[in-house]
Amino acid sequence: MSDTPNDNAPSQSVYPVSSGDPAIYECILAAIVDNEPGVLARVVGLISARGYNIESLTVAETDVMKHRSRITIVTSGTATKISQIKAQLERLVPVRRVIDVTAESDAIERELALVKVEGSGEQRLEAMRVADIFRARPIDITHNSFVFEVTGTRDKVNAFIDLMRPLGLVENSRTGVLSIRRGAEAN
Amino acid sequence: MNAITPPPAQSQSDDQSAATQAGAVQKSGADLLLDALEEQGVEVIFGYPGGAVLPIYDALDKRGTIKHIMVRHEQGAVHAAEGYARSTGKPGIVLVTSGPGATNAVTGLTDALLDSIPLVCITGQVARPLIGTDAFQECDTIGITRNCTKHNYMVDHADRLAGVVHEAFHIATQGRPGPVLIDIPKDVQFESGSYTAKADAVARPTVAKPLMDDERIAKVVDMLRSARKPVFYTGGGVINAGPRASETLRALAHASNVPVTSTLMGLGAFPASDRQWLGMLGMHGSYEANNAMHDCDLMVCIGARFDDRVTGRLDAFSPGSKKIHIDIDPSSINKNVPVDLPVIGDAGKILAALLQKWQSTEVDSPCDPARLDGWWAEIASWRGKNSFAYAKSDSLIKPQYAVERLYELTKGYDTYITTEVGQHQMWAAQHFHFEEPNRWMTSGGLGTMGYGLPAALGVQEAHPDALVIDIAGDASVQMCIQEMSAAIQYGLPIKIFILNNEYLGMVRQWQELLHDKRYAQSYSASLPDFVKLAEAYGGEGFCAEHPDELDDKIIAMIKSDKPVLFDCRVTKEENVFPMIPSGAAHNDMLLGGAVTGEEISAAGKVLV
Ligand SMILES: Cc1ncc(C[n+]2csc(CCOP(=O)(O)OP(=O)(O)O)c2C)c(N)n1
Ligand SMILES: [Mg+2]
Repeated sequence: MSDTPNDNAPSQSVYPVSSGDPAIYECILAAIVDNEPGVLARVVGLISARGYNIESLTVAETDVMKHRSRITIVTSGTATKISQIKAQLERLVPVRRVIDVTAESDAIERELALVKVEGSGEQRLEAMRVADIFRARPIDITHNSFVFEVTGTRDKVNAFIDLMRPLGLVENSRTGVLSIRRGAEAN
Repeated sequence: MNAITPPPAQSQSDDQSAATQAGAVQKSGADLLLDALEEQGVEVIFGYPGGAVLPIYDALDKRGTIKHIMVRHEQGAVHAAEGYARSTGKPGIVLVTSGPGATNAVTGLTDALLDSIPLVCITGQVARPLIGTDAFQECDTIGITRNCTKHNYMVDHADRLAGVVHEAFHIATQGRPGPVLIDIPKDVQFESGSYTAKADAVARPTVAKPLMDDERIAKVVDMLRSARKPVFYTGGGVINAGPRASETLRALAHASNVPVTSTLMGLGAFPASDRQWLGMLGMHGSYEANNAMHDCDLMVCIGARFDDRVTGRLDAFSPGSKKIHIDIDPSSINKNVPVDLPVIGDAGKILAALLQKWQSTEVDSPCDPARLDGWWAEIASWRGKNSFAYAKSDSLIKPQYAVERLYELTKGYDTYITTEVGQHQMWAAQHFHFEEPNRWMTSGGLGTMGYGLPAALGVQEAHPDALVIDIAGDASVQMCIQEMSAAIQYGLPIKIFILNNEYLGMVRQWQELLHDKRYAQSYSASLPDFVKLAEAYGGEGFCAEHPDELDDKIIAMIKSDKPVLFDCRVTKEENVFPMIPSGAAHNDMLLGGAVTGEEISAAGKVLV
């Protein structure tokens, strides 16, 4: 009977609970939803109303024929909390399915970022070299600036942005995480 | 644009071919809506007109197929629909206008969401081209009600309207029931479109995959058979699962000899007169129910949700028990209390499977009935505390006594009870005893003052010959008192039995216990003369001030064929006991008598 984890649940009750410190982990949930007006507001409203953490959220229609969108949510919490978030999302009528992508060992995760760097001389060359190592493409170039496009896991994108900071980072824009399973099978 | 045409006589629900045929016919949105409501078997709508729903009212009036009760405030319409739904098991229907009509309905919708009551609420909206322009009586109804409905819709074309209505009924009633709202712009009500029959409408699933496999059922029965201190903790889910679920609960409890307690919401699913009944549990529940919850070795929760009013302090909640949770909503599992074995599905079906498994296992290897003797002996000693007892008085009416007399004197009748919120609600739960489900309508989750009077209206509409009583408080009753006027208009002889303590009593009790008796703003000053008020509306008023006159006046109230306001003057500073103070454990109850406030910890005081 392992459907629902039974660790020391951090409770949402108004009453205090003394429990150990259950492990908190990060998790990627993918919600397959009917692409109808207000569906994003429903998902976001639920998350804020119930006080869940949310690190990123991306959404776009993925099946034009069936009007289905995929919402990818990066959140964190204890195992119990995450199964609670999943169950609450599944209560929403337009939500067809919620997949805990992290629970599947064969999931691929990608994020895209646009990173603007300003500088000249050695700094500029160093930015170019780092970008090369990260396979980031310059998609806009002026005499004193670059806009790089970089794709990868969040860790890779974070690392790239961190390295650009001393090299004249001006601003960045990120898509949030996308994910999908490896292999031929669909979720 | 098509004028509104009366529907052809044959386009009624029971005639399948006629309904399909009607699919080709173009009709106005207003008529399509009513066609769909008729196909869903709607008999009555609780509502209030306004500019944005006039086409619907016009069509309603022309057809005369569905009765309409015009309330006096939209909150009243929603509560009335809730009363209708809870006493019949059918969804309640509400119709209100845009803007203020919709915002006035919000409290009722939230109430229905928290208590899982099936409703379909139709709101008018400004015409499509005006949406987003801050037009007259425009509000973002969909945005405002998103978090207080199970689902809501904006209908953008008349062609979609009937299909949406059918799905709305499906969502309101299937799985864990709840309120669904349909917002219809006024131009869609005029627009022509074609009908979608119920059979052709999309109905997205609202029920989670059941975890009710045979293995789980067998496991539950195993655990029940070996438990030495089991308890059934039942809730509103059993009522929502229909009368058969209550019957099965009784049969299973009797077969297994397990004691039964229930939440405020679940009263009536198990008969109060049964020897296995422990009384209500929770903050103001009985000593035996709360101690049984605390000391049990197996807790079987059926259609309840480990609400904070029930659990008290969570880290001391039933520390030694294995917990089984039977619920239709997977998100209820492990939300507040981690459980050992979840079983997801309809309470009625699961109870039936459990009963069957219990009986078939008993045939092969009956379990030792004596194993529960010790448990029942413990329960008997807790019962000996008589925790609902109170100090009697010869000269003053005690509120508990008033409810007791009301219970005794209404026994022979077909009685339904609603309540407002406060001390009177708890005394009603403690001293009025229910033998059947769907007889007790109270605002549990939201605790909405003003619920009881309009709810009684809805109950009376559904059960015209029944005796419908709202056990009310002097403060709560004034929150929707205007519905007395609707009661008169529609000849609904509801009885409003006010336990008048001249206080916002429950607030006063908390101030006594938590705020050193500083009664800030809890005195109900300037109360109206309820007898005159009743008469002003065209109803009948009674006032009882002395225990000696109480019975005769209650009898007169019962005999009256008019709506009644009964001003029952009770002792003013009575407290509800027993009480699990905020932040305390189940076995840490305050019984009546000398209570000082010291019992509540500093941490407890910040809790609601
Ligand atoms: C709409 C609303 N506002 C405020 C409250 C908070 N509240 C709970 S009980 C209560 C007092 C109720 O007084 P009364 O109806 O006279 O009942 P009593 O407790 O005296 O029996 C109040 C103000 C509430 N539950 N609902
Ligand atoms: Mg009062």
